[in-house]
Amino acid sequence: MTALYSLRQVTVRYAARPVLAVEELDILRGEILAVVGPSGAGKSTLLRLLNFLQPPTTGEVRFGDALYSASRDATLAMRRRVTTVFQRPVLLRRTVEVNVAYGPRLRGVDVGRADIDAALAEVGLTELAQQPARTLSGGEAQRVALARAMVLRPDALLLDEPTANLDPYNVGLIEQIVARLNRQHGTTIVLVTHNLHQARRLAHRALLLLEGRAVEVADTRTFFESPADPRTGAFVRGEMVY
Amino acid sequence: MSNGFAEALTQILGRDNQLLEIVLLSLRVSGIALAISSVIGIPVGALLGLARFRGRRLAVALVYTGMAFPPVVIGLFVYLLLSRSGVLGSLGLPWLPRLFTPEAMILAQVIIALPLVAGFTMAAVQGVDPALRLQVQALGASRWQTTWAILEEARVGVIAAVMAGFGGVISEVGAVMLVGGNIEGQTRVLTTAIVLETNKGNFGLALALGVILLGMAFAANFIILHLQGRTFDE
Repeated sequence: MTALYSLRQVTVRYAARPVLAVEELDILRGEILAVVGPSGAGKSTLLRLLNFLQPPTTGEVRFGDALYSASRDATLAMRRRVTTVFQRPVLLRRTVEVNVAYGPRLRGVDVGRADIDAALAEVGLTELAQQPARTLSGGEAQRVALARAMVLRPDALLLDEPTANLDPYNVGLIEQIVARLNRQHGTTIVLVTHNLHQARRLAHRALLLLEGRAVEVADTRTFFESPADPRTGAFVRGEMVY
Repeated sequence: MSNGFAEALTQILGRDNQLLEIVLLSLRVSGIALAISSVIGIPVGALLGLARFRGRRLAVALVYTGMAFPPVVIGLFVYLLLSRSGVLGSLGLPWLPRLFTPEAMILAQVIIALPLVAGFTMAAVQGVDPALRLQVQALGASRWQTTWAILEEARVGVIAAVMAGFGGVISEVGAVMLVGGNIEGQTRVLTTAIVLETNKGNFGLALALGVILLGMAFAANFIILHLQGRTFDE
């Protein structure tokens, strides 16, 4: 598989404080990469970088053939090829259907009624299409957020703790949707999660971030069963004190 | 007084175009002033609420000061600016409104309404969930689309801001009296007509004019509440 993202010598600093320092990382087309690590390890910063919402302080981020640059137009064009589903989705004060159609409208993409319906059917919310989005439960809102991301048919879907604070039923539903999206459409998925079982269930590869640094990236089985770095072993066994 | 009021109402209902003229002029002056204030004030409020720039605190302080400024002082200020010996009036600029014209009244009302619209818009956009901005950008919104999305989310508050501006100008009397002069057939609006009729002792007529003014304010607010209601239902 070829790399969709290539990060080289990337650092991100807030004021003078370094929050991310990745020497080398490739994210492959069509894979599900789980990003794990303790709170404050730089996982969300990495996702913002991959969504082109946060430029690197130094280093190089390549997305396919394009280089993440300071150009506002180029950044917007790259940003429009990916999207993020956040831990706490903020939906517009509109109907579910309007929320799902919102992303394509922003991007100037003409999606038909059938695409909206298909996205809603995919997340099992067809009946709620006309309901005000602000009246939904947490699980339903997260599924709407997934539908509004899926309808964009992104090259990469970035998930920032998408099932945190959800009940097991909704966790299961969302995991099924994510796996299906990857399998059927070949969408590259980067999943930030604290749930190691989820990472193991869904991901092809896993990455451990510690204090902003990529400690180890390996296929899921190796990562969880015979990691190369002792810190990875300690983390997956829950022995790491941080 | 109740007899006088009934008589005045009959007088008004059966009356002349003079009253219609006063009502229409009130609507025209306040409507144009509100439109100008909204066109300028909503973007200014959004900018103050969303952007961080040098001098923002000073700008916010000025807006807040403007919101609390007595209209009659604004009228005096505009009067001094536009009078023939005033700072601007003495320049004889052809595009500058002249005193005792509806245009001068519009200028005064813009100065009254603008800080109200900008200040309440600022508060409304600041009340929108801060996470929305990042999430809309993640969906691919440009800078303008992001600002528009936040304004749309804050629309109930933005509408309230426009209504605050409307309330500020439609009921205002001091500034329009000073710069308009309450000239019959030219610059007489409902509020100045009420003052005049009261001074003449025509309390019934003054009250009836007040009822019309109240009716206009009620109608405007009713329409806005209806729009807000639809928003809440979505």
